[in-house]
Amino acid sequence: MSAVAADTVAPTATTPQRTPLRRRRVRPGKVLLSVLGLALAAVWVFPVYWMMNSAVTPDAILGGDTPQFLPLSFTLTNLQSVLTDSGFLNALGMSLMVTGLTITLVLAFAFLAALAISRWRFRGRTSFILAVLFIQMLPAEGLFIAQYQMMSSLGLLNQVIGISALYVAMLVPFTVWMLRGFVAGVPIELEEAAMVDGLSRPRAFLRITFPLLAPGLIASGVYAFLQAWNEFTTALVILPAESAQTLPIWLRSFLSASANRGINWAEVMAASTLIAVPVIIFFLFVQGRMTSGLVSGAVKG
Amino acid sequence: MTQAIGTTAGSDGIAIRRRRRPATPYVLLIPAVAALLIGLGYPVYWQIVTSLQEFGLMQQFGAPPTFVGLDNYARIFTDAEVWSVVAKSIAFCLVNALLTVGIGLGLAVLMRAVSGWVRITMQITLLLAWATPLVAAVTVFRWLFDYRTGVVNWIFVQSGFESFDGYNWLGNVWTFFMVASFIVIWMSVPFVALSIYAGLTQVSEEVLEAARIDGAGSRQILWRIIMPLVRPVIAIVLLLQIIWDLRVFAQIRLLQDAGAPIAETNLLGNYIYELGVGSQDFAGAAAVSLFVLVLTMVLSGPYVRYLMKEDAA
Repeated sequence: MSAVAADTVAPTATTPQRTPLRRRRVRPGKVLLSVLGLALAAVWVFPVYWMMNSAVTPDAILGGDTPQFLPLSFTLTNLQSVLTDSGFLNALGMSLMVTGLTITLVLAFAFLAALAISRWRFRGRTSFILAVLFIQMLPAEGLFIAQYQMMSSLGLLNQVIGISALYVAMLVPFTVWMLRGFVAGVPIELEEAAMVDGLSRPRAFLRITFPLLAPGLIASGVYAFLQAWNEFTTALVILPAESAQTLPIWLRSFLSASANRGINWAEVMAASTLIAVPVIIFFLFVQGRMTSGLVSGAVKG
Repeated sequence: MTQAIGTTAGSDGIAIRRRRRPATPYVLLIPAVAALLIGLGYPVYWQIVTSLQEFGLMQQFGAPPTFVGLDNYARIFTDAEVWSVVAKSIAFCLVNALLTVGIGLGLAVLMRAVSGWVRITMQITLLLAWATPLVAAVTVFRWLFDYRTGVVNWIFVQSGFESFDGYNWLGNVWTFFMVASFIVIWMSVPFVALSIYAGLTQVSEEVLEAARIDGAGSRQILWRIIMPLVRPVIAIVLLLQIIWDLRVFAQIRLLQDAGAPIAETNLLGNYIYELGVGSQDFAGAAAVSLFVLVLTMVLSGPYVRYLMKEDAA
């Protein structure tokens, strides 16, 4: 793949530069590359498009012999029937509670820790940072049996508190690492200047530093939301009861239930779309940071 | 890992605030450390202890566990099935990580070569794929590859491959892993492509200009100037892909729902799940889990070192 692209790049630019009078020459190589780029873009977006297209098409047409590639038989029935499904609403409520509790705790805990490591040098600081970075990489698959056992013995299976506690532990390391950059970006001199002007340290912090950190807290909050909202593996193990399902788990059982009577793909795609759309919107909101996140380690798999 | 938090190996002497010996930072760390100890520290401790004990049906009903040393490890790692799962996981991980990085690199180079609006179109479509939640993505792929009314079979049949009419992709082990790879690659290429592209834009115009003046062709510029400069980025994304592709539990689990042969399509995470939740063999599951954790730790070493270096810079 990379070789193909590289080979096609080369001839384009090596063509000798004849300069016709003020006319941009359309080079055939460049056109070819653009076509290739657009074709790949189409391949990449197709699953997302197909999900949304199927969500607004009647199931009878989806089951037909020829796929309908445009939403010509547009309907909102599928979305309506998912939105009025009691299982969906129940899972939505569960997801909102778990995500809400997780975000609140993660931001509070991680913010304090980020403050500690970026504003103080103390014994154990490097060890803490190292631990945070390593813990960030731990796979849920290597822990879920133990977590299941722990929550089961505490009677916290199927409870918002139980799953949220695990999500907080899963997200704190990465949020600490992300917020640390934001805290370090606010110069301590600003706070000190305010103290010279007569504010106490806590007031200087609340009035001067905290507002400057708001964008960082919002970005970290959105990250935590995306992770907790999409989480599947831990939820599958810790929330076995149907009444405690979060949205990803509910979507899975919705598909399985539908499979028993010949899958209603229109409804399943409507459900997928309803779960995906808020995520896509929030994601695009923080995408600038996502793309540059590699350098700062602010991307979690 | 738990010990690492407690020990004080740090030797940072310089205090930003020297007014008093600070107790504050330790107080600020308490909630975070407590959350980590409860959510991750205790489970890891439990796994270590359990992996050294007999934890069978008797213990389920309250009998005290007996210490059996490394028996569980011996039992698990002499089991041919475990090794077949490990081999499948590593092969799946390497194939996907290499393909992902290869395709991502190709897309990044392509994005650099095309004009503005084509590039923006490519970036937006990549972001849409990246943003799609995993469960929704797997569900869509199941629909695309559905054997009765899926688009993929329809396209094959239209192109003259009649034998694909009603072909069940998820019923055969090889095509099952192929579909799983499509999902993994589709979801992870955007991160790789956009990261490498960001790296490519960092290559300064002056350097390229100097190379051109010295008579380098574009092929030489690509391979001799640009590639060496973005090599660190490529190395890091490859490492991250390897770590992330080792733990493809959810994709496999969700595809297995379509009626795939479970025992033959299990990867490490799924195997642990079957062993623990399915067969209630907690000691065996704990032993395999620790193997996965140690493997991840070892692989994460270089990435953590890179982050620490970036942090210090």
